[in-house]
Parts: sequence; structure tokens; C-alpha cells
Amino acid sequence: MSLNIEGRIHRFGDEVNTDVILPGRYLTLRTPEELGRHCLEGLDPGFVDRVAPGDIIAAGRNFGCGSSREHAVIALKAVGVGAIVVESAARIFFRNAVNLGLPVLVCPEAARGLAAGVPARIDLDRMTISQGDALWQVDPLGAEVRAILTAGGLVPRVRQALGA
Amino acid sequence: MTGRTITEKIIAAHCAEPDSVRAGAIVTVRPDVVLLNDVSGPLAFTQFDAMGATRPFDPARIVLVADHFAPAPDIVAAGAIALTREFAKRHAIPHFYEPGRGGIEHTLLAELGMIGHGGIVFGADSHTCTAGAFNALGIGFGSTDLAAALAMGQLWMRVPDSVRVVLTGAPGPYVTGKDIILDIIRRMGSDGAADASLEFGGPGLRHLPVDARMAIANMAVEAGADTCVFEGDDLSAADMARRGMAPVAAVAPDPDARYREVIHVDLDRLSPIVACPPSPAAGVPVEQLRGQKVDQVYVGNCSNGTLTDLRQVADILRGRRVAPGVRMVVVPATQKIWRAALAEGLLDIIAEAGAAISTPTCGACFGGHMGILAAGETAIATTNRNYRGRMGHPDSQVFLANAWVAAAAAVAGEIVPPGEIAARILTETAA
Ligand code: SF4
Repeated sequence: MSLNIEGRIHRFGDEVNTDVILPGRYLTLRTPEELGRHCLEGLDPGFVDRVAPGDIIAAGRNFGCGSSREHAVIALKAVGVGAIVVESAARIFFRNAVNLGLPVLVCPEAARGLAAGVPARIDLDRMTISQGDALWQVDPLGAEVRAILTAGGLVPRVRQALGA
Repeated sequence: MTGRTITEKIIAAHCAEPDSVRAGAIVTVRPDVVLLNDVSGPLAFTQFDAMGATRPFDPARIVLVADHFAPAPDIVAAGAIALTREFAKRHAIPHFYEPGRGGIEHTLLAELGMIGHGGIVFGADSHTCTAGAFNALGIGFGSTDLAAALAMGQLWMRVPDSVRVVLTGAPGPYVTGKDIILDIIRRMGSDGAADASLEFGGPGLRHLPVDARMAIANMAVEAGADTCVFEGDDLSAADMARRGMAPVAAVAPDPDARYREVIHVDLDRLSPIVACPPSPAAGVPVEQLRGQKVDQVYVGNCSNGTLTDLRQVADILRGRRVAPGVRMVVVPATQKIWRAALAEGLLDIIAEAGAAISTPTCGACFGGHMGILAAGETAIATTNRNYRGRMGHPDSQVFLANAWVAAAAAVAGEIVPPGEIAARILTETAA
């Protein structure tokens, strides 16, 4: 987990579900390159051309609701999305993102306040989000979530546990 | 110490620290069964290997189902099923199911008799909550979580809050489990049950056969719920016996269990509900959509592809025809249901009406294959999601409804209260 994430903000609304993040017809694909090409295609086909590595998504309520497809997180990571700031996130999506090392920060004020197209900065050590003069404090992550992110995802964490 | 909810009790029975199980606590849970499909499975198997795991926790308690892209529509899909088949073979997993012997995972899992009173299934699929119908907990996860579950036989989770849903009265004509859950979702919103388990009980329960309970449990996730669970009763006990399971007492809530919220549903007052695109929470009474034209009618999926649904469809289609310009696709959820429908003569009635009948598959439910929508097309479906582009082109739309309503729309070519089509049949028969 890189403790600092810097990138431009891409704004989306409420209930960005995993079907629009990665439509069902692409679920036979498994490599990040292939999945990344279709990232958010169901909602905003131009997104893949605008997004740059490190960019941050700011969105509303219930982000990632619906299907448990981890392909959605793989696609977001593949195009370089560095973090997601939301008013709330669906449980399975949140876990999937953390498990693959993509931080999802639940902070309604920041999710509403971050300006689109403008760079912002996330400090995961201090749990702050800043953009220009604005600064938001994010509630601390749970111990288990932090441990997974710090280990670099669930795969290395289980590797440690198995002593493999 | 106050009492416990069903959810807390079932989790406590699957947890090394049962005393710590309270809503909000982070605990480690060991499921009875682990379920994966041909979409979530291959990603999980890669992660399982990457974790350095060599053996799954218990091959006999793993169920692998080829249902999403099955039978394989193309070479890539065939490859994903092959990976699933190979994983089953490599680890001597007996429960691997392909078309012809299986069906849609959640409906199939129920048939296998592997989940009943007090059980827990972890599934790499969001509709694993279907198991709630059987007084069990079904909890959905992504592939990496389930890779860890395969490797260790356990996962961490937050014990959900509980929302008590009290069902009273009895459903009227053409009101089904689908309408009950669509009503709950429209009232709670798509995240109203977030971080919670919906716990269904009340005197209305005895009017709901297990198929209706599955339709309700299946869509708990559409209200944002972590999971859900029905109280057990004679019906759920009989269902376990029918599936060859040993009798186990149902898990009941303590009288002083703590609920985040209590919701009442008066079944007497419900009418069929249709969820408008693009949200399962956008339900309205069917009357309000009268005249809405449809291009495709789809009956199937893990919520409403049961024998009960096929009987409802046949009831409407008997002696009638699918309207010109409309196509109807009917997908029994499992091979067993398909055969039962054949034996009962339902498939013949449905085929004679001009509907296509498919082998069990997830198919077009998630926009995979077998009935994809073109730009500008409208479908009515008994499925559980109608998000933008769910069944095909981003500019197509899906209305969600029960099987009576879907079949009536097939006959009329537009959405219509099913009673009106049925009444037409009666008039003609009488004449
Ligand atoms: S039928 Fe549809 S909702 Fe059910 S498991 Fe298959 S794809 Fe998912």
C-alpha cells in the first residue's frame, strides 16, 4: 500500500454498480489489460481515455453495489485508479477493493466536496484527503482492513498466515 | 446480556469465540459450504495458488458450478469452465456441476441438500443470500476472499445488525415472494439494509412455500443487506427431509433479541409490483405500468426460475400465444426443475405458446448470452437486477416482475395486471 495517493478527481453519482463498472458480457476476461479496456464502459465509455495513473474517483452512496464480480476492481486498478472516496460503499465491493490493495475511503463530506478535474491528495497514514485549501479527516480504517492494506492485499496476508 | 438474533446465533455456532458474537463485532467464521461458479471460480483459483495454498480446507464441502457462461457460448468461456473442471479434478472435489446435471448455483445448492437449518454458506456470488430461505445464512464475497476461504476454511467478517421483517396476513391472487421483496426494497431503498441481516418471521410465513422464500431471500442484497434469514418451521423442515437432510432444529431468535429496525409487511394489502429500470428499488404497482410495451419476456434466474414460477407461466400461457412481435425466453433454474416441468407438461404448454425454452443457465440474466437486448429494447424479466445495460446494450431497459406478470406481458405484448389475462381465458372457456 502506498501511503500517499495523488491524482485528479473523477466524479460519479450514487449507486455506481459493478454492472456498469464492468458489464457482464466481459466476465470471461481475466487479465487486467483486457478488463481495464472496459472499465466503467456501462456508464461512461470515455473514462478509460481520460483517466491517468493515480487518479481518484469520488462518488456518492452505495458505490459498487450489485454483483460480487472482482473483475470490477481489477478493471479500476488496471487503468490506474489509486483510491476511491465515497459517501458509502457496498460491503462486497469494499472487501474486494481492500483485498486487491485498492483503498476505498468512506467520507461523505469529501465525497461531496471534492471538485472534479482538480488534483487531490490522500494521506493514508494521517487518514486525510486534501484538495487546494480543503482538508477532510477520514474515520480510521478497521484493524483488519488496515492489516490487509498494509500487507499489500489479502494474497500476501494469507501467504504469511499459511507460512507459504 | 440481552438475547440474540437468528443471525447472531448462527454465526456464534460457526465461530471460535461464540461469546464475542454481537452485531458490530469483527469475528472469524467457518462456513459449512463454500460455493463458486465459472466466473468467480477461475479468479479465485489463481489467487488460491498465489497464496501458496496447496490443498482446499475440505473438498467435500466445496461446490463448483458452471452456470454463468454455460453451456459455453465461446472459446474463452469454455476455457473458464475448463479451469473450474480442472480445479475440481486436481483437488478431488466431488461437487462439480455442468449443464445437463446442474443448474444455477443457488437453486442447485438448495437441491443438493447441503444447506438447511442453522447452516452457513460462503459464496463467491452476491446472491448467495438465497440460502436464507432455509433458516441458514448465505454470505456473498468476491473471488480473493473465497480463495482465502478455500485455503483456510474461514474468513473474517463484521457481525451484521439485524432488521426484523414481520410478515402478517396472506398474499392475494398473483402476489408472490417477488412482490414481497420488491415492496421491501422500494420501502428500504437499495442500501436501506446495509450492514444488516434481514430476519423474516411472523404469522404470514406459513403462507410462503420455500420457493417463495427463495425469491425473497435472493433479493435481500438488492436492499443492500449483508445477508438474510427466515425463521424455520414445518415447511422448511419438510424441505430438508425432501432433500435427504437429517432433521436439525431451526434456529429461532430470542424474545429479547435486539433489532436495528422492525418492518411490517401486510401480505393482504400487497398487489403485484414491477421494478422500473434502472433500479430494483424502483417498484410500482403493476397497474401503474399498464400499456408499457415489451420486446422480450424472460422467465428464469436464481430468484424466479423454480417449478412454482413455471407453473404460473403455464397457467397464463395455457391455450394462449405469445403476442406477435414479442419473444419469450423461459429458463428453468436447474436440470431437476426442467425435468419436473417436462413431466408435468408445463414445457409443452410454454413451447406451444411460442416461447423458447433454454437449458438451465444464468444466460441473459447478467447480460452474458442466450437473450441479450439490442439498443432501445425493453424486457420484462423475473430476474433480480435491472441496472443500466444489465441484460445487454446500455440503452436497453429491464422491468423486474413475478412470473404471472411476465407471462401476462408476453400474451398482451405489454405490461398488464395478470388477472385480466386470466379472466380473458375464463371468459373464452365459458363461451
Ligand atoms: S441467475 Fe443471474 S443473478 Fe442468479 S447467479 Fe446467475 S447471473 Fe447471478
